[in-house]
Amino acid sequence: MEKFNVHAGTAVALRRSNVDTDQIIPAVYLKRVTRTGFEDGLFSAWRANEPDFVLNQPRFAGATILVAGPDFGTGSSREHAVWALLDYGFKVVISPRFGDIFRGNSLKAGLLTVELGEKIVQRMWDDIEDDPALEVTVDLVERQVRWSGEIHDFELDDYSRWRLLEGLDDIGLTLRHTDDIAEFERGRSSWLPTVAAPSAS
Amino acid sequence: MGQTLAEKLWESHVVRSAPGEPDLLYIDMHLVHEVTSPQAFDGLRLAGRPVHRPDLTLATEDHNVPTQNIFAPIADPVSRTQVETLRRNCEEFGVRLYPMGDAEQGIVHVIGPQLGITQPGMTIVCGDSHTSTHGAFGALAFGIGTSQVEHVLATQTLPMDRPKTMAVTVTGELPVGVTPKDVILAVIAKTGTGGGQGYMVEYRGDTFERMSMEGRMTVCNMSIEWGARAGMIAPDQETFDYLRGRDHAPKGAEWDAAVEYWTSLRTDDDAEFDAEVTLDATTLTPFVTWGTNPGQGAPLGSSVPYPEDFEDTDRVAAEKALTYMGLQAGMPLREITVDTVFVGSCTNGRIEDLRAAAEVIRGRQVADGVRMLVVPGSMRVRKQAEQEGLDAIFTAAGAEWRQAGCSMCLGMNPDQLAPGERSASTSNRNFEGRQGKGGRTHLVSPLVAAATAVTGHLAGPADL
Ligand code: SF4
Repeated sequence: MEKFNVHAGTAVALRRSNVDTDQIIPAVYLKRVTRTGFEDGLFSAWRANEPDFVLNQPRFAGATILVAGPDFGTGSSREHAVWALLDYGFKVVISPRFGDIFRGNSLKAGLLTVELGEKIVQRMWDDIEDDPALEVTVDLVERQVRWSGEIHDFELDDYSRWRLLEGLDDIGLTLRHTDDIAEFERGRSSWLPTVAAPSAS
Repeated sequence: MGQTLAEKLWESHVVRSAPGEPDLLYIDMHLVHEVTSPQAFDGLRLAGRPVHRPDLTLATEDHNVPTQNIFAPIADPVSRTQVETLRRNCEEFGVRLYPMGDAEQGIVHVIGPQLGITQPGMTIVCGDSHTSTHGAFGALAFGIGTSQVEHVLATQTLPMDRPKTMAVTVTGELPVGVTPKDVILAVIAKTGTGGGQGYMVEYRGDTFERMSMEGRMTVCNMSIEWGARAGMIAPDQETFDYLRGRDHAPKGAEWDAAVEYWTSLRTDDDAEFDAEVTLDATTLTPFVTWGTNPGQGAPLGSSVPYPEDFEDTDRVAAEKALTYMGLQAGMPLREITVDTVFVGSCTNGRIEDLRAAAEVIRGRQVADGVRMLVVPGSMRVRKQAEQEGLDAIFTAAGAEWRQAGCSMCLGMNPDQLAPGERSASTSNRNFEGRQGKGGRTHLVSPLVAAATAVTGHLAGPADL
């Protein structure tokens, strides 16, 4: 997982609330067997059926910050929703409120989800639409979002922040304790079952 | 204060604990199948990580397996891709796999126990919610999600917060015709599908002590159907007798050492559970479900309930269920006719289940217009059943004798219900569409399944 420090990029205004994970990525994409390449599934129904949908507008191409309405990422727990956003190129999602599981999944996978008040999000939407080239800075060190004179603090627990700053996913964290694991393994009973390697049979 | 069995199992596997962090738990065996593993392996590849302990990892193909023509390539492209991906991953990462057609292939929760890989005192995980099955041996076994599968592959550990503990105590002898399946269906109907949420459940009492290992597995299997994180039964002589001599069971002096340790795996007399449920086994009768979740069940001798008799959300759920199931409130359950009978799955696809169903159907015929599928849980179960002549009993009665897999337990392979079709099924989930889009499922025991096949309507052996 990449370290997250301070990110500056352009943003896109998704003026919708209650965007559930099925809208972020529909169930048909769950049949895939790979862990990457989910960008084509991101908001695929809207991208296919709505020519004006923000992600179809060339002026927002290359945006790395998604600014959405309240209750983003509710519904099914599919981790694919986070993968689709990351694979598409988003580094940050800003919303007044996130679905719990989605937020947990995103912070674990390295997608920073930032909660800002509804009024602030609306002003941000207006500013982005006025100027798609507007640079937005999301500063995890200071826990701040800044753009053209606006500065807003956001909350994130210390543990999640530390993990993102260090670029540690769950596995990376656990691998910091390989000594403990090796120690435990030395103490395991000798009768516990093992499976022969395929070639050894 | 003493400890519960679950607490003992938990504590003996903590690699590391720190305040404010989840415990890091060591996993003794990781079972893998084709549906929930592809992204986990891909994640390893992306990060350049190996499988930490291939020798504690075992894979099988089950969910997508066609049970009619197990040696031919799978026709459905999605299923085929999942299976082929598993094969490639296992080869690349050095993981032992039992592929379709192999003598050891079968449903993941059937093959672990039959190989002697499932043993008391172990932690066992699998990307599958019915992993609780293995708790029947006094193991801590639970289902995990795909990113946790990756975590276990990479580290053989899992960071977890310890769930609370609950005791389900059932006492008394089961009346004739009442099976472990009926016991667990009754427990779920009593507690509701969310009753076990957040708990590691220990099934206790002489009713479970009298049960065979197969019966105990049926009970533990359905723990997830009432929300429990894990279900377990303390190991005893029955457990040791089942394990002795199995491929992976300890041998010689190690066996003696293991049994001595296993014997200590009991809840201490002064231990306390966070919650308790009790049930009198002597009052139980065969149980069947009428609705679309496993908690919507009732004694076979009763009638489809009136939604008005439930409160609030349960009433709405009952109304919805009856509409989906196409049933009238007040109708005797015995009058419900079925199109299909399914005997199989990780709940009731073991040798004892097949014996029970064969005993009922021996010398009888499957009713006109009813199809009966008998699907062994593993190729080994299939072989044993054939040695005992059970296949001949089923086919003589007009049932189909299949190869091993999940089959009609879920609509992921060719064995499915057509829209509107109704089944009596020994599996564990009666959710809308679980056995095929628009299919209607009644969960039953193997005895009720066999009797239902003969009469064409929900029935017990006593009705024949
Ligand atoms: S038999 Fe059914 S419940 Fe068991 S593992 Fe297969 S699909 Fe899951």
